[in-house]
Amino acid sequence: MNYRRFLLIAVPYAWLALFFLVPFLIVLKIALSDTAIAIPPYTPTLDLSGGWAGIKAFFQGLDFENFVFLTEDSLYWKSYLGSLKIAAISTVLTLLVGYPIAYAMAQAADEWRPTLMMLVILPFWTSFLIRVYSWIGIIANEGLLNQMLMGLGIIDTPLQIMNTPSAVYIGIIYTYLPFMILPIYSALEKLDGSLIEAAVDLGCTRAAAFWRVTLPLSRPGVIAGCFLVFIPALGEFVIPSLLGGSQTLMIGKVLWEEFFSNRDWPVASAVAVVLLLILVIPIVLFQKNQEKAEEAGK
Amino acid sequence: MAEPAQQKVFAPWEDPTEKPIIRFEGVTKRFGEFTAVDNLDLKIYRGEFFALLGPSGCGKTTLMRMLAGFESPTEGHIILDGQDVAPIPPNKRPVNMMFQSYALFPHLSVWENIAFGLKREGMEKDRIEARVSEMLRLTRLEQFARRKPHQISGGQRQRVALARSLAKAPKLLLLDEPLGALDKKLRQETQFELMDIQEKTGTTFVIVTHDQEEAMTVATRVAVMDHGKLVQVATPAGIYEAPNSVYVADFIGDVNIIEGAATPRSTPEGAQVEIAWAEGLAPIIATPTEPVSAGQKVHYAIRPEKILVSREPDMARANRVQGKVIDIAYLGNISTYRVRLANGQMISASMTNARRLSRRDFTWDDEVWLNWTDGAGIVLTR
Ligand SMILES: Nc1ncnc2c1ncn2[C@@H]1O[C@H](COP(=O)(O)OP(=O)(O)OP(=O)(O)O)[C@@H](O)[C@H]1O
Ligand SMILES: [Mg+2]
Repeated sequence: MNYRRFLLIAVPYAWLALFFLVPFLIVLKIALSDTAIAIPPYTPTLDLSGGWAGIKAFFQGLDFENFVFLTEDSLYWKSYLGSLKIAAISTVLTLLVGYPIAYAMAQAADEWRPTLMMLVILPFWTSFLIRVYSWIGIIANEGLLNQMLMGLGIIDTPLQIMNTPSAVYIGIIYTYLPFMILPIYSALEKLDGSLIEAAVDLGCTRAAAFWRVTLPLSRPGVIAGCFLVFIPALGEFVIPSLLGGSQTLMIGKVLWEEFFSNRDWPVASAVAVVLLLILVIPIVLFQKNQEKAEEAGK
Repeated sequence: MAEPAQQKVFAPWEDPTEKPIIRFEGVTKRFGEFTAVDNLDLKIYRGEFFALLGPSGCGKTTLMRMLAGFESPTEGHIILDGQDVAPIPPNKRPVNMMFQSYALFPHLSVWENIAFGLKREGMEKDRIEARVSEMLRLTRLEQFARRKPHQISGGQRQRVALARSLAKAPKLLLLDEPLGALDKKLRQETQFELMDIQEKTGTTFVIVTHDQEEAMTVATRVAVMDHGKLVQVATPAGIYEAPNSVYVADFIGDVNIIEGAATPRSTPEGAQVEIAWAEGLAPIIATPTEPVSAGQKVHYAIRPEKILVSREPDMARANRVQGKVIDIAYLGNISTYRVRLANGQMISASMTNARRLSRRDFTWDDEVWLNWTDGAGIVLTR
């Protein structure tokens, strides 16, 4: 009996240890190493043939130099802040776009809902990269949007959207919108229409009833959606590098450049470790929110 | 209390000068092809406790929702206090509704649920406090004030819904099956509380109930509905003693229905009718409440408690038939005898259990006489 329970618990933990903890320890180890022109491009490497002395020498070779370096070059903390800012703003914007869509879906007639749901999920059927690329075709200076606006005579010179933060916001909102819509929709869909009627019956206008009943009751969905957008947006690399140009400082991009352009694995690993530590905070908060929502749902 | 001589009978519906607080004028409500409320006319007076009774799906909730403003009539008008309510949105109507599904706000505590309507009114803080406390006391929910709706029982939730709708002391209170989830004792207590509240506040109540005993207890008048129409609107006693149709007679309380052909005749005591209902048995003699023609097919309705069961025929009563006791249902205060007549017809007759069970007069398979007077039953033509 106990043995089976142990097995049941052990399997997921073993999985996590193997595919999360071990890689993390490897990354952490690299972050504590020094750059070297070698394969792999860092020292020290653990050499068990050296016996006890070898292991001791290995640990003596590790230090926090790279982390200290991150604080010295303003590029890094500016990138972290830039990422936090872009992730936060795009989360708010995604919420502003996503909430009305989710609300409309929840209000739609029953027979329409599966279709609408389908439309929200549909973009996932094509590659994320292709979808982000196609935005270049839309927002570039000679892209569809500018051509259309100029054709209609609304503007004379093309709008510079490409390679600005606006392009990154557009990309993030577009990409992560379903993650915002779905949890909010599922919260709104469960909402009993007679609650709104009760609020109106007790003297609320429709708007007040929305504010006092609908909104608070959809809060768990809103919070879940915000985390689901904020967390991946923080480490986002593809969207800023394709749409954001050189002006946009995001930590995901810095990470990529450290790894593949500079081949400075230790610094790149240090960047990754710090990013993870930053992400742990919202992830823990997200878990708390889910637990609370589950409790309230009982 | 102790001056019944002074007390005026509350019967505004009998006074043609009295203005009703609610008037339905030819109100019809259709959902697509389906007619939920069918060309309905109704007057409800200030201070009434008006009960709607009827089978599931007959349109009771729809009627209430039109009053509250959540549905608008397809045809006809609803006049509230002399004013057509059609253009008034639900939040501006002096009407509160207790929902059949309670519709408590799950994110608010019991206290906040009850205070919700008062806060929207902009009432001052301490007056809200006082009012909510009063409501909590009334519904005996003091201990649960801080709990959320999902942390209390079904009956407690129902009481919160009741307290919330009462809190604003509206002119008109709509209660959609307000006491269904309560146990009998609490239900009776709450019924009396409701009547008490109504006396104190003068609020007009419209209540939907499936429990006819409840309707009988609390209501000034009862409306029996069927398929979106009002079949009869009368006082509880009127509905019970003088149903206007087989449907109403059958719906309220237990009743024996006997079919037969009528023959009117005049006697020195007034008009009477003989109902031929079974070959070889004497016709039933009854006093008609409406004119019947010779040979007309009628239904004769008689309630079990109006029939006397005896060993020997009771010559003082106009109707006497013999039968055999098939079944006895002992209900504590009364026993109901199921008696089979010579023609196979089953008749129920109930007698109060004045004596202890062991000394009961009749038992299974006894030959007994059923006796009732000419005024005991009612002749129904529909
Ligand atoms: N929004 C709606 N759309 C279509 N049909 C409806 C709607 N609301 C009610 N109906 C129908 O109208 C009829 C009357 O409904 P209503 O809710 O008034 O019944 P009720 O008398 O309150 O029944 P119950 O005692 O079961 O509560 C039912 O047949 C119901 O199916
Ligand atoms: Mg109903």
